[in-house]
Amino acid sequence: MSPTQQVIKIVNEELIDLMGSANSKLGVSSNPPTVIMMSGLQGAGKTTLVGKLGMMLKKQGKKPLLVACDVYRPSAINQLKVVGEKAGCEVFERGQGNPVKIAKEGVSHAKSFGFDTVIIDTAGRLQIDEVLMKELEEIKAEVNPEEILLVVDSMTGQVAVEVADTFNKRLEVTGLVLTKLDGDTRGGATLSMKAVTGKPIKFCSVGEKLGDLEPFYPDRMANRILGMGDVLTLIEKAQDAVTEEQAKKMEKKFRENSFTLDDFLTQFETMSKMGGISSVLSMLPGMGSKIKIKEGDIDESKMLSMKAIIQSMTMRERENPQIINSSRKNRIALGSGTSVQEVNRVLKQFEQTKQMMKQMKNNRMFRF
Amino acid sequence: MGLFSKIKAVLSKTRDGLSKKLNELFAKDKIGDEFYDELEDILISADVSVQTTMEIVEEIKDTAIKEKCKDKEYVIDLLKKELFDSIDYAEKVEIKTPAVIMVVGVNGVGKTTTIGKLANKFNKEKKSVTIAAADTFRAAAADQLTVWAERAGVRIIKHAEGADASAVVFDAIDSCKAKKTDVLIIDTAGRLHVKANLMEELKKMDRVVKREYPEANFYKLIALDAMTGQNAYNQVETFNEAVGLDGIILTKLDGTAKGGFIISLSYELEIPVCYVGTGEKIDDIEDFNAEEFVEAMF
Repeated sequence: MSPTQQVIKIVNEELIDLMGSANSKLGVSSNPPTVIMMSGLQGAGKTTLVGKLGMMLKKQGKKPLLVACDVYRPSAINQLKVVGEKAGCEVFERGQGNPVKIAKEGVSHAKSFGFDTVIIDTAGRLQIDEVLMKELEEIKAEVNPEEILLVVDSMTGQVAVEVADTFNKRLEVTGLVLTKLDGDTRGGATLSMKAVTGKPIKFCSVGEKLGDLEPFYPDRMANRILGMGDVLTLIEKAQDAVTEEQAKKMEKKFRENSFTLDDFLTQFETMSKMGGISSVLSMLPGMGSKIKIKEGDIDESKMLSMKAIIQSMTMRERENPQIINSSRKNRIALGSGTSVQEVNRVLKQFEQTKQMMKQMKNNRMFRF
Repeated sequence: MGLFSKIKAVLSKTRDGLSKKLNELFAKDKIGDEFYDELEDILISADVSVQTTMEIVEEIKDTAIKEKCKDKEYVIDLLKKELFDSIDYAEKVEIKTPAVIMVVGVNGVGKTTTIGKLANKFNKEKKSVTIAAADTFRAAAADQLTVWAERAGVRIIKHAEGADASAVVFDAIDSCKAKKTDVLIIDTAGRLHVKANLMEELKKMDRVVKREYPEANFYKLIALDAMTGQNAYNQVETFNEAVGLDGIILTKLDGTAKGGFIISLSYELEIPVCYVGTGEKIDDIEDFNAEEFVEAMF
């Protein structure tokens, strides 16, 4: 290990240490429903997060109720309704009423209709807005939340410290959530917020789709701050996208070198399940920060036409690509709405992949 | 409340933060290396970038040494002048009618709110205004904008959620031409600057405006959250690369966000700040004035 690497290693360990324990879960109240309350500045991403949490809880077999307490921002209630519908969660709203009352009614509605979790969306507010901060305290006193999450834009600058500190002092937040981490911010403010509040960072929000919510892992964040890539997240995404059976089948094909165009297609589909090539590449060490990968630099629409091309082949062609002659190529191009050149390109890429696999099989690093 | 005092009131928090530290610093006796180190600390913790901070402090240090200056008041003036120079531009953004103003920016910076305020401002100046709801992505964005349009008393052109943003722009231009509208303001969906496909969508809207309405004065303004850190630079740079920016709207300046942020931005990219958002009410928007801004900081 070179001296530079050693220094980075030490800094890395320090960062991980600072950001604290991994993978905090949401608390569950012994006296249901469990109430989760949002707080944060304007535009931090609270409403979207409510939808994401709702969907996550639903996936875990819970029955969450979303309560609309942002009565100030025009159309915030509508936004929550749309988000709630997408997440498949019921939304409780009482129009532009008193937020404290709405929160209370929301919880009793949850009790009488068998919801086990209540997520309260609140209006964005500045930490120096006395009236609105007081309102949050009142909501807290009224509904006794199990979790009070402070939602923070990961692009926030030095003011993050003051924001986190004030919200924590007023509300005793139970955890932090970082949003908009899919941008190119390093998220260094995370360190300060964690240090000043001593509260765990529970989740990271990494996109605009409702599924784009990840648990927080200090080691990965440290890597991000230092620009060292995020292999662990990559592996986890792969595990999500590929079933064990699929993996075993693929492994066998690797060994026997009987990789067909069909498998090629499956691989690409897996890739897009993992968030597309750009997302995968950006998680590789040394790629994320050094090379600016922008979505679309790698043309994902090309992948669509590749899919169309392979699907326009007969089963026999997919298994024995060598039989594809020019008249077959013409037919495939017509069938997929592409050109013969594009069909050729796909076939060439397939051959290259196959070659690569042969090499990988002989390489001990990639032993399966 | 006059314009000056209002800005000053709003910036008092910025001032309290920054100038309290500065006053503490100036209250110390000697002007030495320690003094300049602390000056650096103050500027950096106010979100001025490290590079800008170094440049400003070096400049002041050089001048002070050259003039054998030991007077702190004088150094304050030097600092003020340096800060002012970095954010003052000879050319101001002036909206000439017929105008198309496209507001861009990342998610959650306050684009829709700012557009409501701008619409109201132009309406008060007796200009006819139409808003195009080209944020067809975020849930209920068009509804939110409709509320603002009603408050400002202006027309709004919108399509269904998920519609093509450029189509909204196209229709709005058509309507503005027919009604001889003075100002068309286009709301766009918030997009993180690293999403190339979304930036392409923005470029398309840009092309549509240029092609369909060449006779209009086209202004592209980026909305920036005053609380953003160093990432603001990346945001401005990428949006500027994509569509070419004419100006910056600094939102949420009523928070405790430090003024240093603007200084750093203008120092490193030659794009002027034209408006500042100072609250959630419809009148809470001001023209940016470099002198007042620097004055108010001290």
